[in-house]
Parts: sequence; C-alpha cells; structure tokens
Amino acid sequence: MPKTETQDEKKTDANDGAEKEGGDEGIDRFDREQLHHFMREMLLYRRFEEKAEEAYAIGKIGGFCHLHIGQEAVALGFIGPLQEKDYVITAYRDHTQALAKGLEPGPVMAELFGRDGGVSRGKGGSMHIFGAEQRFMGGHGIVGAQVPLAAGMGWAIKYREEDQVCVCFLGDAAVNQGAFHEAMNMSAVWELPVIYVVENNEYGMGTAIERVSAVSIEERGEGYGVPTHSVNGQDIIETWSFVEDLVKEVRDGAGPQYVEARTYRFKGHSMSDPVSGTYRSKDEVEEKKEKEDPISVLRERLFDAEIMTQDELEALDEEARKVADEAVEFAEDSPFPSEEELYTHVYAELNEHGRLFMDGRDR
Amino acid sequence: MPEITYREALNQALAEEMERDESVFLLGEEVAEYDGAYKVSKGLLERFGPRRVVDTPISELGFAGLGVGAAMTGLRPIVEFMTFNFSILALDQVINSAAKMYYMTGGQIPIPMVFRGPTGAALQLSAQHSQACETWYVHAPGVKLVTPGTPADAKGLLKASIRDDDPVAFMEGELLYNMKGEVPDPDDGDFVIPLGKAEVKREGADVSLITHGKMVNLALQVAGKLEKEDVDVEVLDLRTLRPLDVDAILASVRKTNRAVYLEEGWPYVGIGSQIVTTIQEEAFDYLDAPVLRVTQADVPMPYAKNLEKLAKPDADRVVAACNRVLYRD
Repeated sequence: MPKTETQDEKKTDANDGAEKEGGDEGIDRFDREQLHHFMREMLLYRRFEEKAEEAYAIGKIGGFCHLHIGQEAVALGFIGPLQEKDYVITAYRDHTQALAKGLEPGPVMAELFGRDGGVSRGKGGSMHIFGAEQRFMGGHGIVGAQVPLAAGMGWAIKYREEDQVCVCFLGDAAVNQGAFHEAMNMSAVWELPVIYVVENNEYGMGTAIERVSAVSIEERGEGYGVPTHSVNGQDIIETWSFVEDLVKEVRDGAGPQYVEARTYRFKGHSMSDPVSGTYRSKDEVEEKKEKEDPISVLRERLFDAEIMTQDELEALDEEARKVADEAVEFAEDSPFPSEEELYTHVYAELNEHGRLFMDGRDR
Repeated sequence: MPEITYREALNQALAEEMERDESVFLLGEEVAEYDGAYKVSKGLLERFGPRRVVDTPISELGFAGLGVGAAMTGLRPIVEFMTFNFSILALDQVINSAAKMYYMTGGQIPIPMVFRGPTGAALQLSAQHSQACETWYVHAPGVKLVTPGTPADAKGLLKASIRDDDPVAFMEGELLYNMKGEVPDPDDGDFVIPLGKAEVKREGADVSLITHGKMVNLALQVAGKLEKEDVDVEVLDLRTLRPLDVDAILASVRKTNRAVYLEEGWPYVGIGSQIVTTIQEEAFDYLDAPVLRVTQADVPMPYAKNLEKLAKPDADRVVAACNRVLYRD
C-alpha cells in the first residue's frame, strides 16, 4: 500500500494511495464484473434495511433496530476484500456487515423478526446477529465491548500461527470507552492482526463527535504505535482498494491497524429516534444524502466511465428488491421459537450434578 | 496421599491441564515472569513458554475481553485476576459478553474459559481489597461459580472448570494458599471433581452448617468446638455455587431439621439468601427452627484491627447461630 511520505510515516490517507495508482482515481483496478458486484451488494444492503424499516414500523420487528443506510460502502469495502476464514466483529448496527460476510438475507431478517429460523434462533435480535460458520462474530450491544473481543480473535490467530485477519468495526463514540484503549494497547504490544475500523458517521446517537472528543477521530488511534489511516467511506472504490491492500499487509504480519472510515448515517440512531431534529438539521441530512450517498457516488462513477447503463442499474435494483422481499417472506414463514427454547443455550455443558437454573420452574 | 498446599494443588491443576490440552493458556497480571502475585503459576512460564503463560498490562476489562474473544474462536483461556476485587472492572465482559454469548448466538458460540483468582477478606487490607465477590458472578445465568475450600477441592475442581464448556468463575481463598491438605498423587491418575457436587465435610445429626470456600475451615473449627458440648454439627461444603447441589442441602436439612448458612460476603441478597429460600421452599416441613445466616457485617471492610474482627464472621458468631437454631440459649 502506498503511504504518504510525510513527517509521520505511520499516517495515511487513502486518497493519496488512490491518486498515485492513477487511471480514473482507482476505478481501473477493478473489472466490470467486480464493479457491478459492488453495486449489486450495496443495493441489496439498502433494500434490506428499507424492508427492516418497514417491518419495524408495523411492529414485526421490536426492540432497538439500528439501520446502516448511508454507510453501505463501509460494510462492503471492509468485508468484501476478506477471505471466508477471516473474522469480522461489530457493534449493534450489524445487519449489512452480516450480509457482507456471507450470511443469508432470509435468516438475518428472521432474526430481526425474532423467529426460530433467525441466525441466532431468534434469541439475539437485531443487535446480535452471529454467523459462527461464516466467522461473523456479532453483533454486540455495549458500546466498545467488541473491541477487546476482536483483540482476542487476533490473539487466537497468532496463538494458532494462522494467517487470518480480524476486522473490528466500532462507532466514533466508542473511542471514548476504556475498553477501546486497553485493546489498542494490547493489540500493539502483541502485534495482533486486527484492523480496527472506526465508522465515523459524525454522531454518537445525538451527540456530535466534536462535542465529546478532544481531538479528531483519526488522532484518537494514536499513542499506541498503531498505524492510523483515514478513508472516504462513501466511496466504495477508494475504500475497497485501500482495504484490499491493507489486509494483504496485515496478513503478512504488519500488525494492528486503525482506520477512520468517514461516513454518514442517513437515518436516526435507531428506529426509535428521529432522523434529524435537535442535534442535526434536516438540511444537513439532505445535503449529505444528495452529495455523499455511497450508491449514487458509485453510480456516477460507473456512468461516467460507461461501465454501467441505466437499464443495468435498474435490473440490479430489481434483483436487490426481490432478494429483500424474499428475506421478509422467509422471516414471515419462520415460526416463533418453541417455548422449550427459553432454557436452551444458556449453558453449553449441563453438568451431571447440581441445579443450574434457580427460578424453580424445573420443579 | 501426599500433603501439599492449596497453592501447589492449583499449580498442579494448571500444569496438568495445559499439558493435556494445547488450547489452554493462562493470562493475567504478573502470571509469567513474576510467577504469579500469589505464586500460583510458579514455574509455568519456564515449562510452557511465553506463548501460553502471558503477562498482561493492568487492563482487567481489556484482558478479560481478550480472553472471551479468544474463547469465541474455540481456545480455552484461563484469565487470572490478581484478586477478584479488581475483576469488578471486567464485569461487563464477564456478564455481558461471556455469560450471554452462548444464548444470544442461539447456541453457535460457547465460551469455554475460566476466570480465576482469590476472593474474600485477607488481613487489614480494608475496603477495596477485602471483599467476597461471589454474588456479582453467581447472579448471572450463563456463568458457573466454583469456590474450593481445601487443596484437594482446589485441584480437582480447577481441572473440571478448565474442561467445562462454559465460563467458570473460580474463586480461591486468599488466606488458603498456604493451607496444607491431602491431594491424590498425580501418578495415581487424573483427579477431577465434577462441578455441582457438594461434599459433607463432617457428618452430624443436630444442625446443618452449610457454607462454601474459605469458610469451610471456620465451619469445621466450630463443629469441633461444639462437639465438646455434645452438639453434633454437620458441615456441608457446597463447593460450587452454580450449579448448586440442592439435593445435598435438602438431604442434610431433612436429617438435622436445622440449618445455618455461613459466608464471607455481605448479607443483603447474598449467597445465604438463596440457600435460605431454597430450604424454605423445598424443606419447610422439615424445619424445627428458622434458618439463620452468619455473614460479614453489612458495611465495607474497615482497616482498624478491632473493627475488622467485628466485621468478619467468626467462630463465636457461628456458635451463637448454631445455638439459636438449637434453642440452646
């Protein structure tokens, strides 16, 4: 990965890399099929989340439900370049990352619906999507708590002397948690193969990041000897290119990395929150949607380079809508978990002696 | 049977399980080069190397979480807390990550790991370094809790805990590390005590003195004292608090018809609260007296020697409780 040879060689901005590679700002790196794949995937994420939004509005999905609309290029850009054996872990805004790591849309939607056919058997819900087989490790609800877990996965990779990489997503607000700083330090001390991606969507719930962070998000990763980077998370071509190179380096032993992905959330923090209002203006959101929608950004680049036509785009969108519709159908058709499931999966080992559950219902 | 210390028994268990299973490793503060703050891991660095015996920074939340993350991939970490007092910093990872992971993944990801270290009061360490932490852990479904009170139990139960597929909190007695006791010779085969099995440490007919962990030794001392007054005390050591050997508790109470629970922790919603509840729900008709508890005073641990003595459960108070349930006042 080309790095900026400035006073701090540990800092990179992915723009510089893309520019140096030349040729229409990095688009030449990909063939037509790959570029169409980018569009197909991001449209699927968008349509999937829109379906979730609809289902929430009519009470099919309960609890908290955090949509990733506007941040699709971050999910695809940081997960797409990985191999199946690599680990991904994130916080509670986790639906599209799960799809990007290869989980089927139907079982993910069924999890949101709290159904037995959900990836976590309806016991986790929107915030706890897991796919052990696909090495999608959740889905964690406490801000920043997934960061030490990611370090543990990096630890396990080194312990087994394997060459996987772990990608850990966290929100901009999570850098204010102690867990983040403890994990960054340990990752550096033990040179763990983990890429920490801070999805900087500018707001922790309703609090603008500059109101609660003494320095910029990119700078918050400094102090541990971990290389820090910043990438335009609304541009899939830039993000994917950057991550693909970075993953190669980490796989070859470069150790932990800290990347700020600059992005923006088009919806409220969760479905219970307004899109705009007291903490950000409607105009701000509208302007971001107009100028920085990752799907529009890609569309314009593909149209300009004559790599995609309007008809092809519409066909891809139709396909995405169909998959999202089918995911809802799958969820609707899946039964609620049976009542016996209340007590399953609390313990992996039911010891021969003694009582594990103290509620008296087993008597 | 050879006599070894509680510390040596734990060390043997760690070494044997690390030898047996490559996926077991130990991490925590001072466990490697310093040989452990309480020397429990003595010699393990030399034997197993720095890959498997790992000194961590003072980051309880961080390294507990790292252990959980490693367990999510199938490794079997043993996370040592220098004392469980410091583990309060790590409780988010214990309760929100380790305890709930298997459930909220719908059974996809078990957490086969051990959190271990000393708990309970020591000598004049005052409020922050002298407290019993059992209740913090046993409250959460998904965690198992083991509290050995003798060298043999320490060894056999630690081996079972390491092999268990769930997160196990393994709480040792800070003042027990030098205690000696008989432990089967390693050459005589694998010595494993299953979780969830209480043990009658002394049979008796008049009153059930039920307890766990370090307090087992105080209970036996009290039983000896009361024997001289012709009171036959049964000492039941729960050994593990989850799973809880309810059958053993009920069997003892049905025999003696009287019970006292002895614990180091605070009384309010303590372990004894659960035991009393279980007894009154399931053996009410067998009781000849209310079940009493002897606990630490409901205050933070004071430093001053005289106040500390007042705060801790002691033989006199246990004797008094036994006498009360026997109506011997």
